[in-house]
Amino acid sequence: MSAPLLEARGLTVEIAGKQVCRGLDFSLAAGECIGLLGGNGVGKTTLLHTLAGLRPPAAGEVLLDGAPVTTQPRRRVAQRLGLLMQQPEDSLPATVLETALIGRHPHLDFWRWESHADVAIARRALKSAGLEGLEQRVQTALSGGERRRLDIATVLTQDPQVFLLDEPAHQLDLQHQMALLGLLKRLAAEQGRAVLMSLHDINLAARFCSGILMLFGEGETLSGGTETVLTAENLTRLYRTPVAALPWQGGRVFVAG
Amino acid sequence: MKKLPILLAWLPALIALTLTAFAVSLAVGSTPLSLHTLWDVLTGGGDPLSRTVVMELRLPRSLNAFAVGGLLALAGTLMQVLLRNPLADPYILGVSGGAAVGALGAFLLGLAGLWVNGGAFVGALLSTLLVFALAHGRGGWTPTRLLLTGIAVAAGWGAAISLMLVLGSDASLHSMIFWLMGDFSYQPGGSLALVMLVLGLAACWPFARQLNVLARGETLAEALGIAVRPLSVAIYISASLFTAVAVTEAGAIGFVGLVVPHMFRMLAGGDHRRLLPGAVLLGGCLLMLADTLARTVAAPRQLPVGVVTAALGVPLFLYLLNRARGPL
Repeated sequence: MSAPLLEARGLTVEIAGKQVCRGLDFSLAAGECIGLLGGNGVGKTTLLHTLAGLRPPAAGEVLLDGAPVTTQPRRRVAQRLGLLMQQPEDSLPATVLETALIGRHPHLDFWRWESHADVAIARRALKSAGLEGLEQRVQTALSGGERRRLDIATVLTQDPQVFLLDEPAHQLDLQHQMALLGLLKRLAAEQGRAVLMSLHDINLAARFCSGILMLFGEGETLSGGTETVLTAENLTRLYRTPVAALPWQGGRVFVAG
Repeated sequence: MKKLPILLAWLPALIALTLTAFAVSLAVGSTPLSLHTLWDVLTGGGDPLSRTVVMELRLPRSLNAFAVGGLLALAGTLMQVLLRNPLADPYILGVSGGAAVGALGAFLLGLAGLWVNGGAFVGALLSTLLVFALAHGRGGWTPTRLLLTGIAVAAGWGAAISLMLVLGSDASLHSMIFWLMGDFSYQPGGSLALVMLVLGLAACWPFARQLNVLARGETLAEALGIAVRPLSVAIYISASLFTAVAVTEAGAIGFVGLVVPHMFRMLAGGDHRRLLPGAVLLGGCLLMLADTLARTVAAPRQLPVGVVTAALGVPLFLYLLNRARGPL
């Protein structure tokens, strides 16, 4: 196995006096696509932001390409690691293409404008997010699902090795869930990228993820291969709700109750 | 690629508008000049009377009006990015209120001329520092906290202004009200605003791509490798400084700083590499033309330029708003 792209060593993350994880050892290697599961408010976003180096951990460290993420220049981190946030924060109008092109920022020198190559990368990302033809639309006029796809296209335009995605499937219809999560899985498997994404849909995690990281609250975590970790028993404990696994077409589907 | 045509279309149009606006504001007035005479004067010829009128009276005033308009538009653009709020203008964080209290204080003490400008400048800077220190608070520095602090401080200044107007003598009241509405007739004769505008635009423009990213949100900007905190502080300080200079030169002229950035966005998009210089030219032209009207429409009476700015800008802006496709 290759050296991990992103690694957490003895990581303890706290928010508002509550532990998200305690002494977490976790690594994300090229080719892996890991699902981050946990209930509402358990700290999935906080953990992703800590792994992205946006907030300091309470203890332990995060290594990106073998070096602490907090001591590397932010621009270099942004060339290697892309973060999809749960919600967009913008309120000023811009076109869809301009919004996606923001992803090229870390790759451009101070005085450079986006080149034709950068625009081509953004257009390709928009196309794979199903937004072809909407390039000149104003981003605030998009529907919720289109807006979500635009945010994903922006991360794809950033073209990082490590994807940290906060609920990428949120607001997407079934067609785009399959298309975009399939694309991410292929990016990992075929191009040696690494993906860690928080998901609320267990069946999406079962279908697209090679491994699972569970946050139980109170700092307790569990990680491992999808087959071993994603069990009805663990999920019942995770969501404090009975979950059953049903065999289906050689795999399993999970249902509540 | 759509970038090049837009770039080619807006820049010559705005430069042509700027030159026309300068020609109009230099030619029109109590001594009207033909374009031919104006050309003679500007190329070093012309009769002595025309020379005096253009070079000593109209040109300094037009340049000053242009610079103040440009500074307000620049400050407004920066504030809208900083607060990520399309309703932000240069005065939203109380800079103009602080300046007004300083200027009116000088009027109350019976001072005039440069004392008023000095009072305005000191008031503006004090207000900037006050809001900055208070907004820092215990929980950090968010746009919402900054905005609410600024609005609260501005409300305080508003009360102080009302009090000063009540306390002022009848003699000083007229100058106070003119100052509050914005006015270029106290000609300080300096080129502070113009120097500030040139330096300010030159300093801000290289960071325009970073502004584009920051406009999309603080966390995203951080994740894309921007040092958000230093950039925000720099935006806040420079926007406040530009506003302080503008207010010092011309009083609190409303509307330009809020509306000009939106006008340009509707015409040529929101990329700050275009928006910063574009808003400067547009704001400068608007205020210069407004000032030309203010000193000629009811001559020999001079109207407050703030009134004319609104009279020109409100219909123009509403027309553009009505015409604009899609939501803002």
